[in-house]
Amino acid sequence: MLRLDGVTVSFGGVRALDAVDLEVADHETVCVLGPSGSGKSTLLRVVAGLQQPDAGRVWLAGWDRTHVPPHKRGVGLMFQDHQLFPQRDVEGNVAFGLRMRHAARAESAERVTELLEMVGLPSAHRRAVATLSGGEQQRVALARALAPQPDLLMLDEPLGQLDRVLRERLVVELRALFDRLGSTVLAVTHDQGEAFVLADRVVVMNEGRIAQAGTPLEVWQKPASEFVARFLGFDNIVEATVHGDSADTPWGKIPVPEGTQAGPCKLLVRPTGLRTTSVEDGLPCTVEARTFRGGDAAAVTLLLQPRHGPRLEASCALREAPEAGTSIGVAFDEKEVVRIST
Amino acid sequence: MVVPVVFFGVLFAYPVTAIVGRGLRTPGQWHLGRAGQVLTDPDVLDVLWFTVWQAAASTVCTLAIALPGAYVFARFDFPGKQLLRAVVTVPFVLPTVVVGSAFLALLGRGGALDEWFGVRLDTSVWAILLAHVFINYAVVVRTVGGLWSQLDPRQEEAARVLGAGRLAAWARVTLPALAPSIAAAGLIVFLFTFTSFGVIQVLGGPRFATLEVEVYRQTAALLDLPTAAVLTLLQFAAVTVLLAAHARTVRKRRASLSMVPAAQTARRPQSGGQWALLAGVLGVVALLILVPLGILVERSLDSPHGYGLQHFRALGSADSSGTFTVAPAAAIGNSLAYAAVATLIALFVGGLAAAALTVRGAGRVTERLVRGFDSMLMLPLGTSAVTVGFGFLIALDEPPLDLRATWIIVPLAQSLVGIPFVVRTMLPVLRAVDVRLREAAAVLGASPFRAWREVDLPLVRRAVLVAAGFAFAVSLGEFGATVFIARPDAPTLPVAVARFLGRAGEVNYGQAMAMSTILMLVCTCTLLALERIRTDSSGEF
Repeated sequence: MLRLDGVTVSFGGVRALDAVDLEVADHETVCVLGPSGSGKSTLLRVVAGLQQPDAGRVWLAGWDRTHVPPHKRGVGLMFQDHQLFPQRDVEGNVAFGLRMRHAARAESAERVTELLEMVGLPSAHRRAVATLSGGEQQRVALARALAPQPDLLMLDEPLGQLDRVLRERLVVELRALFDRLGSTVLAVTHDQGEAFVLADRVVVMNEGRIAQAGTPLEVWQKPASEFVARFLGFDNIVEATVHGDSADTPWGKIPVPEGTQAGPCKLLVRPTGLRTTSVEDGLPCTVEARTFRGGDAAAVTLLLQPRHGPRLEASCALREAPEAGTSIGVAFDEKEVVRIST
Repeated sequence: MVVPVVFFGVLFAYPVTAIVGRGLRTPGQWHLGRAGQVLTDPDVLDVLWFTVWQAAASTVCTLAIALPGAYVFARFDFPGKQLLRAVVTVPFVLPTVVVGSAFLALLGRGGALDEWFGVRLDTSVWAILLAHVFINYAVVVRTVGGLWSQLDPRQEEAARVLGAGRLAAWARVTLPALAPSIAAAGLIVFLFTFTSFGVIQVLGGPRFATLEVEVYRQTAALLDLPTAAVLTLLQFAAVTVLLAAHARTVRKRRASLSMVPAAQTARRPQSGGQWALLAGVLGVVALLILVPLGILVERSLDSPHGYGLQHFRALGSADSSGTFTVAPAAAIGNSLAYAAVATLIALFVGGLAAAALTVRGAGRVTERLVRGFDSMLMLPLGTSAVTVGFGFLIALDEPPLDLRATWIIVPLAQSLVGIPFVVRTMLPVLRAVDVRLREAAAVLGASPFRAWREVDLPLVRRAVLVAAGFAFAVSLGEFGATVFIARPDAPTLPVAVARFLGRAGEVNYGQAMAMSTILMLVCTCTLLALERIRTDSSGEF
């Protein structure tokens, strides 16, 4: 459906996008994930035609659309802060795209009703957009973007401004909706949880380049670089040298999964890959802090200062968690140790 | 941008240069020595000194009296606020001649104060200052109050929480945010009072004259064009400096402030102190604004045979004394028609100018150019209307631009003062339209033109109506230029008022007051209609 070839955009010497190649297949949902300033929003603006690339091409459904103005591209874009038209009511907003396509009035009214029902706002037709809550505006913006049945739907931080509970519910609803409609979706977000739930495929961006692309599971299991790993929230990363089934690290020798490529590299140890032991049996550490995270597993994050080597983050269940200030030992679980290519 | 520039070139720059040239040039030779001569004349220096100090004094008085008003209008909600805001603005759009006559009726010989207390102020500077405050009260209330009402009160609350007292919070947080707009309002008031004409003409007597009055005297009474030309240039230079200063302060105001819709910040007064402040401001408004307007109405109804509508009735018939060749009531029709046409012209030219100014400069040069253009649009407000009117007469009277005999010349001149208002009203709104709204429309399939029609136009429509109303009211009251170019058989309301005032006799005086009352009513109605339309009171002046 969508293909970008070497798209480059610079703003005053800064590369917002640097030779980006990206493909989105029909009925696929792709999430672009990255910190702010990584070029995600620029990417959407290029696809929508709101930003001309300095170099590269944009293909939509097999056609080169690089120089087609936005109103002729047939893509939908849901803006970060919704950008609902303040002077129109809900129906006027949702019907806007249909009117631009000269849809018959009756047909358009029917479609608006159908969409408002779908996004869970039946009979909101006449409400002024200023009276809507953030979550409702969000739904109207989605209905407005969906109304003209765009070939490609793009979402810019779709759930950015909503509170956590609403966000977690809506992201599941969105996923179900896109599955049902068979939409092709390109979304950008800085929230990995959102991306992992929503996407068939995740693209991690950093400083205008694609750092990694793959299914959520692949990206989570095998981060392609230290940047990706840290962005996903993993901080136990050290220089290491792999020999066979173990590796030399500042923490001492730790086991690695079978078949790990030998040689110098970086190693990631997931917080769940650390078990607490007696001081004698493992790497001796002092517990610097413990943070209760809540959640289904009642997890606790421990910040450990090993006798040698950088600090470690470990995750354990509440009832096993040692108090801050105590001395413990930790052992490494080889299944949760990952070699990072560079 | 081309249309407004050509418009201003032909209808403003050309006439003004023509009249200056007429004064300072005999064919083939400039007489610049004349300038030195005029500028060292002690009489002229006196005029210049008076012009400056009365403007400064008027500005200080206006700010002192109107700032509490700005606060009250910005932060309090009370019944009749809209009506009051319209009423307060009436003096600003009233022709200065009418203002002068209202104050004459109040403070002058045989005026209300004279009758009741034996006090006369008409030949003192106090009358002039009061009249100036009367006219410019609205400038401060609207400019400063408009911004004040949108300042987020939470900023001040944040300062309070951080340990600042009520006064300290105001002085450290609110005042700095308001300072540029107070400065801008002060400069505008200074500009208006610096070029004051009608008020001084009526109230100043022989003792007081501003540059503008002196220009008029030299031009119309003494026919000393060279002196008038030098004085015009002097005023022009001063005005240019003032406008440059104004542009600077306005630009500073763009610095980002935390803004919220005005409706969220206004509430009912709560403490006794707040009620007292509200009462105080209402009292000032009543004394300063309602009383002079009321006196005007009272005098229009007063006649030797008790109160009645004689003067109004008399307006309907062509009079015997030969002041007019048509019934004075026809002036009402003329005025309305001229003002309507002037409004259309001002909307067209001003709208184009505002659109041109919205386009953000791509480079430094463009930006400079746009800024210069922005200031240029304000020039007619500060330039001697007398000069413009007289310039029209001598510059636009030969082919290819022989406008003198056509009626269109009057609305054209009037639109010159309307355009700055149109630009000032529409500019902030146009600038505030979020680019991404247009983008949202584009992505949904709207072509650029369609997006403009569907997004910009509805948002701007309100501003267009407001701008039209202001242009209409200002055109209606324009006097300095119209008095030169209106044909004797088609006078406008202000011109008719002035003619009545210029003739002795109870009857003429009464009819002048009746005319002024009608004019005042028309202006009030226009402004009231505007208050209905206007939901955000953030005009930029």
